[in-house]
Amino acid sequence: MSKIRKMVKTIKIDVDKCNGCRACEVICSSFHATPKYSSNNPARSRIRLIRDPLKDRYLPVYAGEYVAAECMGRDKYIIDGKEYEECDFCRASCPSRGIFKDPDSGLPLKCDMCEDDPALKEPLCVQWCLADALVYEEREEEVEEEVKLGDVEVGLQSLLDKYGLSEIEDAFTRISRKN
Amino acid sequence: MLLGTGESSAGGAAGEAEMPGGGLNVRYAETGYNLEIDLARGNVERVETDPELTRLHLGGLGTNARLLWDRVPPEVDPFSSDNPLIFSAGLLGGTPAPGANRTIVSTFSPQTLLMAYSMMGGFWAPELKHAGYDKVIIRGKSPDLVYLWINNGRVEIRDARHLHGKGAIETAEIIRRELREPNAQVAAIGLAGENRVYFASIEHGRSSASRGGIGAVMGDKGLKAVAVRGTRDVNIARPAEFMEHCNDVLRYIQYREANPIKGVPPILAGIGSPQEMAIIDEEWHTTNFTWGNARTRRKDFWTREVEEKWKESQEGVRTRLISCYNCPMKCGATISVPGLPTYMMKCYSKLTYTMAAFSDLDFGFRIAQRATEYGVDGYSTPQVMAFALELYEAGILTGSDLAGMPHDNEGRFFWLLDRIVRREGIGDVLADGTYWAARRIGNGAEKFAHNNIKKHEQLPLKLGMLNPVYFLMYSTGEKINITQIEGQFPQAPFATREEREDFVKDWIQVPDEKFKQYFLDWDPRGERSIPYYPTIEASCEIVDWQERMHYIDDALGICAGLSSFPLKPPYHIHNFPPIISAATGMDIDEAGLTKAARRNRTLIRAVNVRRGMRRADDKPPEDHWKKRFPELEAELLDQYYKFKGWNNQGIPTKESLQELDMDYVSGDFEQRGIIASE
Repeated sequence: MSKIRKMVKTIKIDVDKCNGCRACEVICSSFHATPKYSSNNPARSRIRLIRDPLKDRYLPVYAGEYVAAECMGRDKYIIDGKEYEECDFCRASCPSRGIFKDPDSGLPLKCDMCEDDPALKEPLCVQWCLADALVYEEREEEVEEEVKLGDVEVGLQSLLDKYGLSEIEDAFTRISRKN
Repeated sequence: MLLGTGESSAGGAAGEAEMPGGGLNVRYAETGYNLEIDLARGNVERVETDPELTRLHLGGLGTNARLLWDRVPPEVDPFSSDNPLIFSAGLLGGTPAPGANRTIVSTFSPQTLLMAYSMMGGFWAPELKHAGYDKVIIRGKSPDLVYLWINNGRVEIRDARHLHGKGAIETAEIIRRELREPNAQVAAIGLAGENRVYFASIEHGRSSASRGGIGAVMGDKGLKAVAVRGTRDVNIARPAEFMEHCNDVLRYIQYREANPIKGVPPILAGIGSPQEMAIIDEEWHTTNFTWGNARTRRKDFWTREVEEKWKESQEGVRTRLISCYNCPMKCGATISVPGLPTYMMKCYSKLTYTMAAFSDLDFGFRIAQRATEYGVDGYSTPQVMAFALELYEAGILTGSDLAGMPHDNEGRFFWLLDRIVRREGIGDVLADGTYWAARRIGNGAEKFAHNNIKKHEQLPLKLGMLNPVYFLMYSTGEKINITQIEGQFPQAPFATREEREDFVKDWIQVPDEKFKQYFLDWDPRGERSIPYYPTIEASCEIVDWQERMHYIDDALGICAGLSSFPLKPPYHIHNFPPIISAATGMDIDEAGLTKAARRNRTLIRAVNVRRGMRRADDKPPEDHWKKRFPELEAELLDQYYKFKGWNNQGIPTKESLQELDMDYVSGDFEQRGIIASE
């Protein structure tokens, strides 16, 4: 694959500024509802606040790639006297935990930076974070050209990984006939 | 025991999995279902609610009041198994409307014997909505201590005997651990609730529903906690339109944050609940409010040295400023006092213990930790303890009553707190609050219980000149807490005409332009000053506006800190109707919303009137103001009752009830002889 120059969208997360309100989860799930904003449900959000108020742990984490198997990461981090699981920082939609999966279908969720037409000036979690714990930043980088997968492809890929191609083909054929 | 629910749902659906939001009966903003739980029989039912009740009462406090009217005859004792304890979300609770997170807990108070409807912020009500319910209605008593675990469609009544005596915050942590559900939201009582202390609270992390002794009712039911987890959708009827409004609210919050109100103390300049956790400058509270047993005003208390010391105390223990669900305001804080478990605090409880004990903030933060775990109201508790010490000084309580009490002042407060929540010795008497305790103690103790309204301890505030607006609010506010009726209209006139003109320039929240005039004409001194200005007529209108906004918030589950409490809030009478309409699909305009709020307000009055409340109960503490005006006060009450559609005993009239579609109330009143039948 060839290298291209590309605008990379990033979010700077300042956990010290997080006030734990979870507005990011509310607006994310609302934006990604169909039709848009027709429902909300933090369990469907592609950003989750890993939160333990009495231990003063607040970590907003974005949903990243779906992975078929859990990794070996079970280490602990201690930062400023506060203990974190390695998983707390991880974006993966992974079999070892419940977050970043649709609560009804179990299909993986992934942050898409609120892709929309016309494009939003910033992802909505950033717009709704009045505490400025989430700040949107763009920077130009040289990256490998990649084909980006949409929600359907990501979901389908996870089903393929789980059940194999032939079962999925059979199920697809059955459903198509029924409809 | 594990109980499946859904048996009673519409259409006979077999299980919760068949009841997604998109079924035949889509309800918007609300879920359309309540959980009905009988702790005596261990029965759990999921019951569809009548949309007509939503139209009439909106939700939250309004529908709670309707349930209490319909189900609880006036003879029912607060500690009867027939007294329901209702946990409710508001109509907008859990939607993306900023600050729509309040849990409205309603029952009958053991202290006032009237309807108690304390509320709390935090995260509980939105979680309940996502679990698929608008309310949890609990009746009966469990023989052993239990807790409820509501996890979407599965509801369990679980053994809580191992939680006996555990702190409220500690309990929530244990429950989350044993359920292996870190995202469960828990509302729990501490030792005070278990022992039916009349001012026991229900605690929920950074928030608590504290007033009226609702924690005692929960303890009486043998219910230690309600844990809830939900992963279902909350639906919005007109999504794009609704989101526009939410964004407008957020924009206005940012505008108000950048533009504090000029001419008022810092604590009143912003929005949110008073920013006690962020603000160090406490001159206003410490020099205007009273110390000890709500008596002593210390006008010279606030000095540079105090400010520096208190700054050090506050910043030394405050780990982080924190918010409730989906709200950008940071009204709470995580407090870690070295050597004590971490807890969370908000608002004025920072000062109530400090000032009752004539102590400092270090003491305040230390004792509030213990009080939070015990689960007691931060207004009543310090006053009850200061009351006991005054009785001791006056020789009414003696050394034998207080045997074992330490000699140091702060030690005494800890000692009294420990006795009260255990109902040990004198603690058993004090645990009933100052009104009932004074009657049990006798020997002149009654005049030391001087700061009550309707038998309930009030903010420690003693002022000079009667303020007609505040007179009406203190007298008639049925939540019996001034912060739950005041707001919107400045508490005091501004010194100059220029300042007033500047204030009214962008005062978009007024329901009518005349309110601007009332404020412009209001002088600190002279003819147009208190007690005769605002005029009786204007006072009635100002009180009615302020109260209306609280009743709207309490039905919608919107936090008063973004709406009815501060000056120039982001939510107001003009933007609520389109927000409610877009969220619910139920079209409502300003007149309709005003009528619903009036209906709810009148219904609560009716509930209390049926329990015997009359004009004689509508009065502030005798010593609230030094200068009182009996004739003016009588005239104020007469006119206000008339304005509200009540007779001169404060009883809603047949005509006004009819106008509010509440003939069922006048029918009941007639039957009971409360109003004359035709």
